[in-house]
Amino acid sequence: MNTLLSFKDVWVEYGDRIVIEKLTLDIEAGSFVSIVGPSGAGKSSFLRLILGQEAPTQGEILMDGTPLRAECGPDRGIVFQRYSVFPHLSALRNTMLGMECEKSPIATRLFGARRRAAREEAVEMLKAVGLGDSLDLYPAQMSGGMQQRLAIAQALVKRPRILLLDEPFGALDPGIRADMHTLIRRLWSDYGLTIVMVTHDIREAFSLGTRVLALDKRRHDPHAPHRFGATAVYDLPLKDRIVHIPDERVSITID
Amino acid sequence: MLLGSLPILLLVLAYLVLAANRHAVNPADKILPLPSSMAESMSALMFVPDQLSGQLVFWADTLASLQRLGIGLGISTLMALMVGLALGVLPPVRATFGPLVTGIAVIPPIALLPILFIALGLGETAKVALIVIGIAPVMIRDIAAHVASLPREQIIKAQTLGASSWQVMIRVALPQAMPRLLHALRLALGPAWVFLISAEAIASDVGLGYRIFLVRRYLSMDVIIPYVAWIAVLAIVMDVVLTVLSKRLFPWAHGENH
Repeated sequence: MNTLLSFKDVWVEYGDRIVIEKLTLDIEAGSFVSIVGPSGAGKSSFLRLILGQEAPTQGEILMDGTPLRAECGPDRGIVFQRYSVFPHLSALRNTMLGMECEKSPIATRLFGARRRAAREEAVEMLKAVGLGDSLDLYPAQMSGGMQQRLAIAQALVKRPRILLLDEPFGALDPGIRADMHTLIRRLWSDYGLTIVMVTHDIREAFSLGTRVLALDKRRHDPHAPHRFGATAVYDLPLKDRIVHIPDERVSITID
Repeated sequence: MLLGSLPILLLVLAYLVLAANRHAVNPADKILPLPSSMAESMSALMFVPDQLSGQLVFWADTLASLQRLGIGLGISTLMALMVGLALGVLPPVRATFGPLVTGIAVIPPIALLPILFIALGLGETAKVALIVIGIAPVMIRDIAAHVASLPREQIIKAQTLGASSWQVMIRVALPQAMPRLLHALRLALGPAWVFLISAEAIASDVGLGYRIFLVRRYLSMDVIIPYVAWIAVLAIVMDVVLTVLSKRLFPWAHGENH
């Protein structure tokens, strides 16, 4: 396994408040890393670092050995808990947007053969997430689960090096959440994805991940609680998980 | 629809009863004219060319007013879209021009009318300018606020899909501002009419507002009432057209949740 992403002594500080301290870890290509931890323990900051939305105060983050640029780019896909899809575009157009942005910088529209190719690829991806019959629906006409499926398809169409999931299933019903778990496991193995998922659900973290990272503050100063940052307090590899991938394709239901 | 027309019918009925009562006492009453005298005056304005100008007065008035209103609304809408989008998406632009727009928005436009007449003369420009100054700042602020309140997640998502700032502007912000723009335009119709009639009342030689304020001198309620009704009809038609247009063009903004 080769290292995709490595954190080298990373610190994140806002003013005199330290959020993340001394974080050093490697994320291997093809792994499914679950991030857990209490609120305010830097889970979101960690995700924002990978996303490039913010830069570390100290230390550096390497992607494939080169320093990560502190801006959001198409090599990192993201699915948020909410607002990940564009309400003014149909499922198909939502999925095509990424390709249109890349191939048509000014007009952001494709025509002719290139449009057909983009459409085909988008349809393929929507079928893979189980939205093959909902191409022309707008997000407002979809359930929460369908919207998250769409958000995943939208990100995957760009073939990101790393897929970030920010509590992606937090707002879903338990039954639908189980379907989504099956789906994300399948996509992860089918497309050889590297996934970093932040979650509040410990069971979800362990059942999906090949590795669970717990972020928390190692030390606590009651007089100055903001002066100690969080770091990875537990780093649990779950080896046997990699081999056992339940093939439950048939049980995928459209909610 | 049927239920909604009931109060209007009652109002018309009440007017007819009152007018008939007054005419029973004084057949030459001018305050509450009967429909017959309204029809008579209006048909003269609609179908008989004016002796001085040779124009059909009613239609000339309507055309002049709609033209002023249309140009004013058009300029305001365009400004709202471009300035509002820039203010909403680009924080440096908002920091620089936000206070100016707010400053202009809080000035009562009618207070500016003398300045406009002095600076731009008594022609069409001053009237259109009054409408624009009256409604554009409010529309700009509405669009800017709407665009600025788009979820941060959407912008990040677009960037991870490879979108540049320009692409975020035209593919994410602009389309989501469009239904809001039509909505803002609908709400601006009322004030726009107020400013139009005001400008026409003060200095003009043609227009619906001009005519109303002209015949007021002769107590010509038989012209004023049909003119006011006509303005109401025009305003309602515009409102309905904008609503239908918005639903037709942006179905995603009107669909009820699943």
